[in-house]
Amino acid sequence: MEIKAEDYCIQYDVHGSTVDFHGSLLLNGAEEYAPIVQLLNNAIEQQTAFVTLNIQKLRMLNSSGFQMLSKFVMKVRQQGDIKLIIKGNQKNFLANQILTKSTAFNANT
Amino acid sequence: MTELYRDFDESLPPSQEYLRIQFSPSSVPIKQQWRNNGLSANFMADFLLTFFPSKSGAINTEEQKIEVQGVICYVANELLENAMKFTDENAQEPISLTLYLLNESPEERLRQRLVFLSTNSTSIQSKEKLQQFIQRLTRSNLNQLYAEQLEKSALDKSNSSAGLGILTMMNDYLAKVGWKLEEIQDQPEIISVMTMVQLAI
Repeated sequence: MEIKAEDYCIQYDVHGSTVDFHGSLLLNGAEEYAPIVQLLNNAIEQQTAFVTLNIQKLRMLNSSGFQMLSKFVMKVRQQGDIKLIIKGNQKNFLANQILTKSTAFNANT
Repeated sequence: MTELYRDFDESLPPSQEYLRIQFSPSSVPIKQQWRNNGLSANFMADFLLTFFPSKSGAINTEEQKIEVQGVICYVANELLENAMKFTDENAQEPISLTLYLLNESPEERLRQRLVFLSTNSTSIQSKEKLQQFIQRLTRSNLNQLYAEQLEKSALDKSNSSAGLGILTMMNDYLAKVGWKLEEIQDQPEIISVMTMVQLAI
């Protein structure tokens, strides 16, 4: 499954249980992020032990995008039966941000 | 009437050096120019980075450069997004984002201050929402407020990420944020909103 636009591309590989993010995700609010949320939900609905989010090639993410990914991390945590792996790299500080945000959320609920 | 909130520095040192991007109401409505935000933010970050190696000793590794570029890009994009989201299109006023790189006092020659200043017009309803957000910001703990915003949006699917960008700048990048609100038209009331974000580099 793939969502492709001029500035970004998101690919879901069912066999590897991996969602790859490429480019700049700067969409306008929750409504425009809905198809991506659907793709992510689809990934965790499969009978799988883990899902990997690979954001090594994600260059930009706006606050609506942070919100969308943080909510997804929370959802997986609450569900509790799937291991979520977020792949970033040293030059990409988005992964830490997403994890920190969703941890802050859990601590307060 | 002019209202000032939080860290809005009205007496920036006079500088002829700045970078300004401005969108005027034209045949394409401002709200449809969304894609330009990312392009503009990227351009501003790339442009500014060329000034760092000669002026500042603070940024000398590739990692630091990439991080600063990421921060500039994020702040510029969020400010442009907010300006577009909340602009009053009936007002036919332009949206602008200006970026200043200021040197601090001579004794602190290595310290620099990045100042972002965005301008847009807005309606009285949006002004009141902004004032409520500023009040919450003043009353609450930053981390807690961030978690509350996320929680709210998780429960309410229609909720946008109002304020989340600003909270991230303050919390993660230790930015100082302030606002200046000015009435520019009466009946219907139109307000000019200036948002200032300051980062120490």
